[in-house]
Amino acid sequence: MLMRDLGIIPAQAAGGANAAASPYANFSRRGFMGGAGLFVLGVTLAGCSSYVEPEIDADAFNLTNPGPSPLTDVKGGDATPALWIAIERDGTVKITCHRSEMGQQTWTAMAQIVADELEAEWDKVAIVQAEGHERYGDQNTDGSRSVRFNFHRLRVAGAAMRQMLVAAAALYWKLPVEQCSAERGIVSNTQNGDTLSYGNLAELAGKLAIPAEADITLKTPKQWRYISEEIPSLTVPRIVKGDSTYGIDVKRPGMVYAVVARPPQLFGRVGSVDDAKALAVPGVLQTVRLPDAKPPALFQPLGGVAVVARDTWAAIEGRRALTIAWADGPNARYDSETYAKQMQATARRSGKVRRSRGDVSAALAAADKRVAAEYYAPHLSQSPMEPPCATAEWDGDRLECWACVQDPQSTRDTLAEALGIDKANIKVTPTWLGGAFGRKSKPDFVVEAALIAREVGKPVKLTWTREDDIRHGYYHSVSAQYCEAGLDKDGTCTAWLHRTVFPPISSTFDNTVAEPSDGEMSLGANDVPFVTPNLQVESGNAVGHLRIGWLRSVANIYHAFAVQSFAAELAHAAGRDQKDYLLDLIGPPRKIDPVAEGAVYGNYGAALTEYPIDIGRLRQVVEKAAAMADWGRKLPKGRGLGIAVHRSFLSYIATVIEVAVGKDGTLSIPGVWLAVDAGTVINPRHVRAQMEGGTIYGLSNALYGAITAKNGAVVQDNFPSWRLLRMEEAPREFEVAILPSNAPPGGVGEPATPPAAPALANAIFAATGHRLRSLPLIGADGSKLKLPAKPSV
Amino acid sequence: MAITLKINGKPQSVDAAPGTPLLWVLRDHLGMTGTKFGCGVAQCGACTVHVDGTPTRACITPHDILKDAEITTIEGVAGDAADAIRTAWVANDVPQCGYCQSGQIMAATALLRDNPTPDDAAIDEAMSGNLCRCATYMSIRRAIKEAASMV
Repeated sequence: MLMRDLGIIPAQAAGGANAAASPYANFSRRGFMGGAGLFVLGVTLAGCSSYVEPEIDADAFNLTNPGPSPLTDVKGGDATPALWIAIERDGTVKITCHRSEMGQQTWTAMAQIVADELEAEWDKVAIVQAEGHERYGDQNTDGSRSVRFNFHRLRVAGAAMRQMLVAAAALYWKLPVEQCSAERGIVSNTQNGDTLSYGNLAELAGKLAIPAEADITLKTPKQWRYISEEIPSLTVPRIVKGDSTYGIDVKRPGMVYAVVARPPQLFGRVGSVDDAKALAVPGVLQTVRLPDAKPPALFQPLGGVAVVARDTWAAIEGRRALTIAWADGPNARYDSETYAKQMQATARRSGKVRRSRGDVSAALAAADKRVAAEYYAPHLSQSPMEPPCATAEWDGDRLECWACVQDPQSTRDTLAEALGIDKANIKVTPTWLGGAFGRKSKPDFVVEAALIAREVGKPVKLTWTREDDIRHGYYHSVSAQYCEAGLDKDGTCTAWLHRTVFPPISSTFDNTVAEPSDGEMSLGANDVPFVTPNLQVESGNAVGHLRIGWLRSVANIYHAFAVQSFAAELAHAAGRDQKDYLLDLIGPPRKIDPVAEGAVYGNYGAALTEYPIDIGRLRQVVEKAAAMADWGRKLPKGRGLGIAVHRSFLSYIATVIEVAVGKDGTLSIPGVWLAVDAGTVINPRHVRAQMEGGTIYGLSNALYGAITAKNGAVVQDNFPSWRLLRMEEAPREFEVAILPSNAPPGGVGEPATPPAAPALANAIFAATGHRLRSLPLIGADGSKLKLPAKPSV
Repeated sequence: MAITLKINGKPQSVDAAPGTPLLWVLRDHLGMTGTKFGCGVAQCGACTVHVDGTPTRACITPHDILKDAEITTIEGVAGDAADAIRTAWVANDVPQCGYCQSGQIMAATALLRDNPTPDDAAIDEAMSGNLCRCATYMSIRRAIKEAASMV
């Protein structure tokens, strides 16, 4: 009997809400019974006798309480099926996604994992977005780890539910479970071909004991039906119709609209405000003074004045009409040009040793050739296409918020603290996120919405304009780095010194902290994979004057830029091929442990035993990307290939970029070839999209991105001055190879970004002989590369 | 004073302040949130709609100059070109976060309607005004070509 060919007549809509008997069957069986009498799954099979699926009356089994879940603490957290899965009478499988959907396709990926082990029919899968609640465990959608953290436990939850559905069928048929099998939403009796659908079985299954992990059989990878497959996105069919709810799209009855005028400087204040003209703008309802921000920045709002109106435009016009005298704060003198010089001076002095092997000073002194270089990278803005937006509604002493947040739990905690109410009285539901890239892991904007809503007594939608997003962000850190190496007479690197200086993200949480954290040092500095006998990594301090925050791949961006650019500089100094020299620097396949050389090393929160730094995998992606690009081929004048490799978020990526540079410095990118080993992959479509997107994100920032400050205030304000890469600048060819791997899943959302900038700079060097060490390479106003008059030596 | 706009073929009465951009009339007054805000200064294309068939930035277009115009938004755009674009967008999973994609689809639909066989240069020109921070540009290019083969 071919179960997959069953023609299922959809059950009529279930009504009522008395479904508490089973956590899985979210429907009213009695309501259904009252109408139809007999539930019919009409099955007509040519050559078979007609079979009518009987309706199961779960109450007839007089089952006692199945007891507590034995799955509350499996690897990754709570795998109790009811937390993740609800099966409705019509067979709809509702899967709860507790991570935020921001374009990485976590809805689809999470559903693939659960549905596979559950043996659900894909077309029956629907997603429920979880509110922020501890019961789900970690919901902080950053660090490229939604799959990594949840792969095991979601498989367990799905498999446990499948086994319970099979057990329910066995109970109904009075058969041993071995004689029942589940496939695509249907359990069949292997003895006679009778079938029971998941929707019919769900209530009875919910009354059965949840199996212990030891009694759960996960599928083997060969049995996977959805995992690793190119399953189409669950979000895209809605997006193409404009049927989507992002943070900016939330609607509540009686809602009003707000924007906020914020102090230009971090910890600047409102000196005086005159809102008379603002209140005269048609549609403006009122203004609300927000409390001044005090160090440290944390996730608190920046202060200022909110304008509340009947639509967003009126609020924007009202804000324009405010007269505010801003008072300077402690960052009034922050000036990017001066600050860069200070950081560069720091980078030239000995710093704090963070990792050390051998004796770098002695090896440098003994070297046949010494090479030194300085690199600089500016602040960046995440600038997701949807700026921060939040809707807040007070109901007496309860607060409900809908917002494009990466972490609804920290949002809830921050709201409770800021508003002085118990978090039991706060509900936060993430909407879809119109991009995030780290900006929306900071819920300051939700607190603003809540403060305004409390004041006006109506639901408030707060919108950040693009100017707000670019001027008042949590910026990627500015950095200055110094690299020095010693080569022997054969050009082999005998000493590697890398010194990195940047204001740390920790300064956002404790403004007295100026030392780069172990966390940031773990992102591409302390884990430098080179085999060089003498190696030292140092850091220098820098005081933060803006809110410093996470941006897609974080400190990996500037560290990979310096490390991978310098590796190519050494190849040039040694007169060697860039790729061959890189492989020699990386050295033979082995596993390395920075901790053994004095580093504090985070490894993205994973154990080195499970996720080692595997040089064999690193070499493999280099060789693959080079082969894809036909590395070594003869290129016309003005063209060049550059390569960079970087392990981050537990995945390995090598990128080759081809550039074409005109005599006047105009640049185009004919091709990109990228090889990735991300371990077990849930959906190759998602990986390819993130490889393309992450690379272009890195290229856009490297070519054009610079946030600068003058007199403490950010200079850039909108897309003309904060420039993003456009369609015509995108590479003409972009090839991605996903290396097959049975290693546990690594991250994919971030790791394509770090190798992009150094691969680009290395390609420009190959094309022109100019070594560019300061980002951005073109800038917001430019049309061509800033090439020095003479080629670099 | 209320005025009537024709949006997706239907007359809609709107009472917004004179000069209010069409974007906020659509979103805040009519609840049509498919059209997105990205920059407010016609630099990103997220708010692209069609006015009498021409791709137009709703964020800088006062609604009260559109009294006699046919306004089409992502919720209502239809026809062979729109169908082909949507089909190709779904088949290729073009969107990532999807936020800019209403504007991308409106721009691509107008391109394909006017030029059924666009080459790279035509695609660059038509799509240059639409930013995508997720950088779905390569997918968009592939999907437009695929859609062209369907029309």
